[in-house]
Amino acid sequence: MHPAFSVIFFTTASGAGYGLWIWLGLLAAGNALPARAPSLFALGLGFVCVTAGLLSSTLHLGQPQRAWRAFSQWRSSWLSREGVVALLCFVPMVWLGAALWFGYHARLAGLALALLSLLTVACTAMIYASLKPVPAWRHPLVVPVYLLFALFTGGLLLAAILSLAGLAPGNMTGFAAMIVAVLLWRLKRYAWRSIDQGELPVSRASALGLPAGRSIKVFERPHTEGNYLTREMGFVLARKHARKLRVIAVLLFALVPALCALPVWLFVHLDAAPWFLAAALSALAGTFVERWLFFAEAKHLVTLYY
Amino acid sequence: MTDLPPPSARKLGLVIDLDTCVGCHACAVACKEWNSGGISGPLTDENPYGKDPIGVWFNRVHSYEVEALDDQPAMTLHFPRSCLHCETPACVSVCPTGASYKRAEDGIVLVDEDKCIGCKLCSWACPYGAREYSEVEGVMKKCTLCVDRIYNENIPEQSRQPACVQACPTRARHFGDLGDPDSAVSLLVAARGGVDLMPELGYAPVNQYLPPRPRRAGSSLPASAPKEILDEQQLPPLLRWLDRALSR
Repeated sequence: MHPAFSVIFFTTASGAGYGLWIWLGLLAAGNALPARAPSLFALGLGFVCVTAGLLSSTLHLGQPQRAWRAFSQWRSSWLSREGVVALLCFVPMVWLGAALWFGYHARLAGLALALLSLLTVACTAMIYASLKPVPAWRHPLVVPVYLLFALFTGGLLLAAILSLAGLAPGNMTGFAAMIVAVLLWRLKRYAWRSIDQGELPVSRASALGLPAGRSIKVFERPHTEGNYLTREMGFVLARKHARKLRVIAVLLFALVPALCALPVWLFVHLDAAPWFLAAALSALAGTFVERWLFFAEAKHLVTLYY
Repeated sequence: MTDLPPPSARKLGLVIDLDTCVGCHACAVACKEWNSGGISGPLTDENPYGKDPIGVWFNRVHSYEVEALDDQPAMTLHFPRSCLHCETPACVSVCPTGASYKRAEDGIVLVDEDKCIGCKLCSWACPYGAREYSEVEGVMKKCTLCVDRIYNENIPEQSRQPACVQACPTRARHFGDLGDPDSAVSLLVAARGGVDLMPELGYAPVNQYLPPRPRRAGSSLPASAPKEILDEQQLPPLLRWLDRALSR
């Protein structure tokens, strides 16, 4: 599939933003928000990430001025559901922000923000996971990995903000970050391997209505130049460089953050701020590469005809 | 709503005969011609006379080389590909705006271009590549089954069928109601063993494809080209002498 920059940026940035909101929401629900200023800053950073992502996602639309129509078909369309839930998130966000500003508790707002943010990321993943013509996206790990990436990048951002404010979240946070980094690496490795081993579930014979088992080669394409389908669905650059890009992605989203988190875990009195910040930035860059591969490596069944 | 309507009794669609299709692209050209001015027009071409023209077509004719089996010779297969007007079209249910819809009365799948936001998700959801996006209009385009011809009372009755069907010089394309088991197209599908494309995906296409008939030569075909053997006894005396003289 053609990797549209706007969609990759959207899933990465808003994923991190929703991850940030999930952690903040959970802390608020548990009445454990650290302090006013860093919490407000984290909430605001989440807003910037989410909004920038959502705005960017409208850039790849042909008619962005009609984007409001996308809130209507939530009964059947995951994309519409994503839009509705993404919009709903702003309600508890404002509520929690106001609560923080005026200094009263808003446990319910926190819980709502965490749940709705989680749901938004799940909807985003389901848009892809529900597409039968792209077998690589049907993998059962697609939704959990999307959620985990959001929690990981958002969590590292929150840890960085808190440590910068002088409220170190404790050395066990470093340990947890390492565990999640390793977990993400293993999950992605497993998913990539099953993509590599799995053949397309449909044969060219079945696509042409011929009995199975006949060997069919393309003799002549319908058109001498490209068309929308060959440009949008037949993207080969990533499959050519898949190996290197996967190594780069794993280095950025797993190895570097894990190595940054290691000293935080080992040395209790260490200033965690620069380490968490580096881990968060690296994880975001890694997620971006991983997301690019997620799109670019996926093969659409229409390529059977070409 | 992009919720699918309950299955309609009338299921208008095409039956495409892969046995008689000669790959002339007349259907694709006639489709382009009619629909450029039809309800989903224009079918924009970008850079049409330039170096790398690209444009929207609802119909694409592929050609394949099918290798020989034990009892079947090798053959070329011409394969016109267009919207199959599926009974459970994922392209409709993924649409976030309600622009894509399946008509309750005859099952035709259409795009309301005034509602389409151009998110392209429907084209991702279609394994058959039936939908093509127009970069110029910023909306998705697809086969309309010539809905503006088949019900058009301003044109002669015999012309009220899709442009591709009318243009086909070998009558490889048939249009009719596949929901009615006694319709001509349904009888044709039953007689010739018409098939769904990619049935394992469960989209339940309405359009049916008739596979090529088994070649008559069947199993009597020699596996390889026959060797040339000259029977001298059959030759007239003069040629027999010539053969002997040249063989020395």
